[in-house]
Amino acid sequence: MEHGSYSDLSKSTFCLVDEDHTFANSVRFTLNQDPRVTFSGYSIPHPSENRVNVRVQTTGDPASEVLKDGCQDLMLICQHVRSTFEKAVNDFKTSKTGDDMDI
Amino acid sequence: MSEEENSMSEIENQEQNGGVPDYIMDLEDVPSKLPSHLQVLKTRVICNMDAPQHTDTLQYSGVYAALRVDNSVRLDSFCNNFKVEVKRFTDDDIEFDMIGIDPAIANAFRRILIAEVPTMAIERIYIANNTSLIQDEVLSHRLGLIPIDADPRLFEYPDNAGGENNEKNTIVFKLHVSCKKGHPRITVKSDALKWLPNGSELIADNTKPNADSKAKTFTSFSCSQGSRPEFSKKPPGPYNLDIILAKLGPGQEIELEAHAVKGVGKTHAKWSPVATAWYRMLPEVILMKDVKDDLAEELVSKCPVKVFDIEDIGKGRRKATVVNARACTLCRECIRGGQEWEDRVALRRVKDHFIFTIESTGALPPDVLFTEAVKILEDKCERVITELS
Ligand code: SF4
Repeated sequence: MEHGSYSDLSKSTFCLVDEDHTFANSVRFTLNQDPRVTFSGYSIPHPSENRVNVRVQTTGDPASEVLKDGCQDLMLICQHVRSTFEKAVNDFKTSKTGDDMDI
Repeated sequence: MSEEENSMSEIENQEQNGGVPDYIMDLEDVPSKLPSHLQVLKTRVICNMDAPQHTDTLQYSGVYAALRVDNSVRLDSFCNNFKVEVKRFTDDDIEFDMIGIDPAIANAFRRILIAEVPTMAIERIYIANNTSLIQDEVLSHRLGLIPIDADPRLFEYPDNAGGENNEKNTIVFKLHVSCKKGHPRITVKSDALKWLPNGSELIADNTKPNADSKAKTFTSFSCSQGSRPEFSKKPPGPYNLDIILAKLGPGQEIELEAHAVKGVGKTHAKWSPVATAWYRMLPEVILMKDVKDDLAEELVSKCPVKVFDIEDIGKGRRKATVVNARACTLCRECIRGGQEWEDRVALRRVKDHFIFTIESTGALPPDVLFTEAVKILEDKCERVITELS
């Protein structure tokens, strides 16, 4: 859910239900790396409530679009991490079987 | 900043540095754009005697705007710099280096591994008889914590079936052991749990079933799990067969049924797929001055994990060198003994180099756990993107 003003779309707080530091902190990182973002941060209003508030302020672009791009970036980072990791594990496995054959 | 100014400020900074040696700038992951003293603070945690310094990561793209240095990380530069190196890989654990990633994301992976990658664990126990010393609830708790060797990806969450326990979301085990009178005591281990591929055998209520219809049990399996090809190869069961559950004296008996369902670690730790998952940042040990002869011997003997070694530099003189910085535990023993030691040795940690270790409890191999964790983070992103559109 987005809380912001109708006239100025560049500043908004997004309330994400069923998320915690795991997602909010990662997306804050990708948002902060975006040059269009002037401020981004998150807070958990109450520890027993399962929600986080993500604040995004931009230089002019709609905050929701920028947040979407931040999520997109995070997703691409994850995909790259996954493929790199799988490759590294496969390399390790093949090098190990190679070693075994030498013995 | 023009080329000339750059080199000018570089020289100035060298002088301002209080003699930070050049080789810091030769480290491969230090790009030459920022002045060297700032670059060190950006990429390293400085571990002083009293407390670590500069532990924060500078995420905001404009932090160095005054220096006209762009701090944003573009996806392609991330992809070019990101590296994974597997160091150890067995059935139960994996250790690998993740290089070139922000702690925010590395920590997200760790948190997901512990709390959000699903596994199967025993959730409901139906006790028909328990005359052993161990109370029902304690026994149930012990059973719940047993790691179950069944691929959670083959099952659904119980909520999906609307409260029905069917062959897609429940694994049923039976435990029936007794110690005969006049026999020595016996120890009940997890291998006594027997898988029931056809579901529960206990009758759910006391009402007499009609003569023609079958009695209602605690599960409603429409077919046997035994027919699934995944289970004919490897039937579900406890991953460790030697976990002690209870001890029985002569004449005592336990008869119960245990139902395992799918869940995640944030609901209860029994569903956590990892014994633990953790990371540490790569330690960096640098000798700021030449440490020679007797001092070198002293330095080598100070370190409990043998980070330093002695090198002969001819003419009977010896010099200390750093040979195994990775082993450093940051006990700070080597910088004890006054300011002069703190000046000789610099202890640091590389902020974007993580030594990641995952210990699996058995349901999934450790490498699969990590890829599952990354997928979960991807799903979270996707969810938010669809919610925003
Ligand atoms: S901090 Fe401890 S482990 Fe690390 S180099 Fe110094 S003495 Fe060795």
